[in-house]
Amino acid sequence: MADLATIALTAAGLFFFVAGTVGLIRFPDTFTRLHALTKADNLGLGFIALGIALQAETWAQVARLGLIWALALLAAGAMAQLVARTALEREDAE
Amino acid sequence: MTLWLTFVALGVLASLAGALWRVWRGPREADRMMAAQLVGTGGVGLLVVLAPLQDWAALDVALVLALLAALAAVGFVKARSDDGAGDPEEAPPTPEMMRPRQTRHDPRGRHG
Amino acid sequence: MSLALDLALCALILGVALATVAGSGLFRAIVFFIVYGLLVAVGWVRLGAIDVALAEAAIGAGLTGVLLLAAHGRLRRLGTARDASHGAHLLSALAGAALAAALAWAWFVLPLPERPGPELAAAMPRAGVENPVTAVLLNFRAWDTLLESIVLLAALIGLWMLTRERDWSGRLGLPQHSRAGGVLASFGRVLPPVGLLIGVWLVWAGADRHGGAFQGGTVLAAVGLVAAMAGLVRPPRIGARLWHVALMIGPAVFVLAGLAGAILAGEFLTLPPPIAKPAILTIEIALTASIAATLAFLVLGPPEEGRAP
Repeated sequence: MADLATIALTAAGLFFFVAGTVGLIRFPDTFTRLHALTKADNLGLGFIALGIALQAETWAQVARLGLIWALALLAAGAMAQLVARTALEREDAE
Repeated sequence: MTLWLTFVALGVLASLAGALWRVWRGPREADRMMAAQLVGTGGVGLLVVLAPLQDWAALDVALVLALLAALAAVGFVKARSDDGAGDPEEAPPTPEMMRPRQTRHDPRGRHG
Repeated sequence: MSLALDLALCALILGVALATVAGSGLFRAIVFFIVYGLLVAVGWVRLGAIDVALAEAAIGAGLTGVLLLAAHGRLRRLGTARDASHGAHLLSALAGAALAAALAWAWFVLPLPERPGPELAAAMPRAGVENPVTAVLLNFRAWDTLLESIVLLAALIGLWMLTRERDWSGRLGLPQHSRAGGVLASFGRVLPPVGLLIGVWLVWAGADRHGGAFQGGTVLAAVGLVAAMAGLVRPPRIGARLWHVALMIGPAVFVLAGLAGAILAGEFLTLPPPIAKPAILTIEIALTASIAATLAFLVLGPPEEGRAP
């Protein structure tokens, strides 16, 4: 049962990871690409962390998975805002 | 289970490789930085999947990577500011910045 | 399937390494180098070397990126951020190839080292700690680690010697600032407490499992840098006495423990079993403080006058 849930959750996670990459490659400009990156990828990481948490042997591992996801969300949120603002202020097309 | 998780790890690795194309292609520095961030998130995901496959200690490496994931981006926005020590949010947005951008839809994303 | 994963990872690492050195554009090379550090950390995990992976994740994917991006930003402000000439490229390519060839030659010519497995396992009960990596670094081969910690300090002194006369009494690095209550300031407030916890835990856990002074110290340096870059903590001046203590305490405690070993066991840096565990833990804590301060100061750079915002 737990194994089936892990397979379903990690499959969903992988789907969002691939979707994020497709978005990063195919979206037309810097600002739309930010969406692909911050939303899809962190959703993917969340699903994968949840799926792996079902395989964990101790609660400490589950807590670590939760902390990893929280830190990834924090990093992505801060990074998206700051990099987007820098990109708005500067035109640096090479 | 091992087979499936290895497949997921390969899939995450493939999506990470796709992001490398954007690091190469750019065109803007922000695009390359964002793609590096995606590789970072992908690397964390990969390590999370490797944990049950190989060694749960991989989670600690994932934890350090996730903690420092935005460090490069912070370094980038700092280095990109006028005096190399600023914050892009310090000046209020100008009307020029807020103007809607004209983006021709180009599915290949050839211009940014 | 597992082999496919390793082959894919190796191919990706080699591809990223090639993209770092082969492409044009400094900025692209820097971003590829950051990605390279990240993938190498995953590679170390695949090899089962968690201690090395932790260090690579913190240094390669963390501190080095900030250092290179800051250097690139400075080159741009000076108006010199362009690719080197073809001659310089050729020269560095030749130097790199020569180094790679020399390493490959050494690999094939020297006899493969015998795995230290049996001897190390026999010696482990005397080590005082459970983590064999920590046992080798701080007990059996303590000389190497002591000298490395002094090298790090020497590097910082060398960097400080580059300070201009008029900046000497200023604070380290550029004067950092950010919008009060903005995203950068908030991020700089949230991250360091979590990083402090993780850094201290890595040192503490390093005695019996993976982790240790270098990994923990690097994480502490990184989150300290985040707080400094967010303009929340002001870096010290070169003359700040308290920070001299932090820089010196690691090597100093190391030497003191070595002298204690000389008195108790008759040989410098030999830690006899009764004092091994407390001595190693004390050295680790002191080294962590020194490594964290030294790395953070190295990345901040010498004092510099910034332009007012």
